[in-house]
Amino acid sequence: MIEFAIVSGKGGTGKTTLTASFAVLAENKVIADCDVDAPDLHLLLKPEIKQKSEFHGMKRAYISKDECIECGICRDKCRFDAISEDYVVDPISCEGCEVCSYACPVKAIEMRDTVSGYWFVSDTPYGPMVHGILEIGEENSGKLVTVIRKQALFVAQKQNVNYLIVDGPPGTGCPVNSTLSGLKYTVIVTEPTQSGLHDLERIVNLAHHFNVRPFVVINKYDINEEVSLRIKKRLDEIRANFLGSIPFDRTVNAALKMGKPVVEFAPESEASLAVKEIWERFKKSVLS
Amino acid sequence: MKIAVASGKGGTGKTTIATSFVFALRSTYDVVYADLDVEEPDGHIFINPHIKKEELITTLVPRVVEEKCTYCGICQKVCAFNAIFVFKNTRKISVLDELCKGCGNCMYNCPESAIYEIPRAIGVLRYGERDDIEFYEGRLNIGEIMTTTAISYVKEKIDKHIEGDTVVVFDSPPGTSCPMVESVKDADFVILVTEPTPFGLFDLKMAHGVIKKLQKPYGIIVNKYESGFKEMEEFFDRENIPVLLKIPFERSIAEGYSRGITLSLQDNSWNEKFKELFYRIKEQIQ
Amino acid sequence: MKIAVTSQGPDLNSPVDPRFGRCQYFIIIDTDTMEYEAISNPALNATGGAGVQAAQLVVSKGVRAVLTGEVGPNAEYALSSAGVQIIRGVSGTVLDAVNFFKTQATGTVPPGIQGPGGFGGGMGPGGGFGPGGGKGMGFGGRRRGKGRGFGGGRGRGAGRGKGWF
Repeated sequence: MIEFAIVSGKGGTGKTTLTASFAVLAENKVIADCDVDAPDLHLLLKPEIKQKSEFHGMKRAYISKDECIECGICRDKCRFDAISEDYVVDPISCEGCEVCSYACPVKAIEMRDTVSGYWFVSDTPYGPMVHGILEIGEENSGKLVTVIRKQALFVAQKQNVNYLIVDGPPGTGCPVNSTLSGLKYTVIVTEPTQSGLHDLERIVNLAHHFNVRPFVVINKYDINEEVSLRIKKRLDEIRANFLGSIPFDRTVNAALKMGKPVVEFAPESEASLAVKEIWERFKKSVLS
Repeated sequence: MKIAVASGKGGTGKTTIATSFVFALRSTYDVVYADLDVEEPDGHIFINPHIKKEELITTLVPRVVEEKCTYCGICQKVCAFNAIFVFKNTRKISVLDELCKGCGNCMYNCPESAIYEIPRAIGVLRYGERDDIEFYEGRLNIGEIMTTTAISYVKEKIDKHIEGDTVVVFDSPPGTSCPMVESVKDADFVILVTEPTPFGLFDLKMAHGVIKKLQKPYGIIVNKYESGFKEMEEFFDRENIPVLLKIPFERSIAEGYSRGITLSLQDNSWNEKFKELFYRIKEQIQ
Repeated sequence: MKIAVTSQGPDLNSPVDPRFGRCQYFIIIDTDTMEYEAISNPALNATGGAGVQAAQLVVSKGVRAVLTGEVGPNAEYALSSAGVQIIRGVSGTVLDAVNFFKTQATGTVPPGIQGPGGFGGGMGPGGGFGPGGGKGMGFGGRRRGKGRGFGGGRGRGAGRGKGWF
């Protein structure tokens, strides 16, 4: 089974659009959406939720009004300004450090589990999908990503699939670490913008750190062919493989609005043809 | 006055809008552009500031005076982040700096007073100027988790240096988790940027939820606009959402962006539109 | 000798869990008596530093070696600071892993041969196993291979190295 993630240094490069198309093209797969802060894949794959589970992220401090003597020690010690003048903990500012709980002389503060989000196991027309979502204001530490990956692996092994396709979060922070760790391959989607090359280098570096082989796709390459060329040339130096380019194509937007993966909505469009070629090339590289 | 530019989804054009604002206002106001997207700051590409100062953004980490340490393990037990390990049998105690949130719990609870704190760099704050625009940028080092701390640091630095009538534009990180909330919570007005796709709408709903929770005056800018996405128009109607501006989906705009030219500099009519938008916002707040 | 095996389930027939910090269970087993305890991994709840928390747990149980698939850098640092041997690349069932560990540990460990990283002691000739087994003298403290001198080091030593399953 080939397990790989699709990531991007920066948001909005077209990562999820590509993942959805791969989900159409790959035979026999499980899909995992690890972009839990702003999940979008479900809008294209239309999952039917079969199982919903609570996710408990960080514990937060809770002050019992009855026992609190308002001595102020907790407010003094809290380095995150999370306790108000009337001794209520702000769940958004609370970092779960437990300093207040240990410091309270009357033991009026306890740490409580909060429902930080949910994860789901669902069916889609393209195969099983595991996905999740964080509540607003929650910390995105990568813990929920780990849960989703584990569940997806479990489903994938049970069903003996060929591919486990992971839609990763954008950027290079903790949740991306949790997405990449343990994988053999990743497909990085970039755009030919000024920040594009710089962000690409960051994510390629991260991939190398986890020993994950990076493949690069340049999306909307023709909005700046000069920068696209520069990116291509740089790939050798940063030890990344060029997988292909996708042209700027308004059909992609049209497909997005219809809530369909572009290779399904307009299989003969320029973008779809490019994506199909990219998929074939990827398969060849990893199956050989 | 503080305006935060945010979005649920990445790549909608927050930076284009934030930078367009400061370019449009610089001749009439004292403006500050603050890049709070500390994990991937890219405002500098459009502002191209002349950097005058760089300083380290730091957090505190504990260190142990081993002569005093009895390897009792209390510090390890009280650390909620597993950032310190203690093994009595081998007399080893170590702090894992990148896991540490600098809360001080280990130090407060050490029975031998064997723990002290030192500052550790987690990122860099850059300050500069370009064409009457003051530029602040926070950049978090790769692998660091203290995103919110870095954002706070930049905001505090700005607060120390501005006057009452300075206009500060916060270019916020995408998403709706802690870093975004930290960036918008002190703003007088929040601009949410979206795009007319199912992705844009879904993420907008989440971001809108945050703004309502924080009870901030806000408005929406729809970027890459094409008509025909009914669901979004219906959402705007249903929730009475103020739509401030619609920027059309044009290849030329994308090309300009890829060359590092922000919208208000590509075309003077956009410059005027952003100025006018600012006046509307100012009136609304006052 | 007490060792820990990362496991996907709570008994000896469960498959080995390839991860350390985020495994489902730790099976703590006394290789002499074959008595064992299955502990549901508390570090699964950790937002960060799971490997460190897992290391503290297994060390508190008096474990001298950990058998698993792979450990992250924090867990490795913690375990080696505690003098615990790390054996990587382990697969099959927990029982398979333990039995193989035992057959490798032929001969008795002469008392007193401990020393830092001396826990490879039980390994016998060609000692160490998993990748980087090293040609250990069976006393672990010898640094063959590029490991940390625990006999089961990480290096590419020429021992029985390449995994044992």
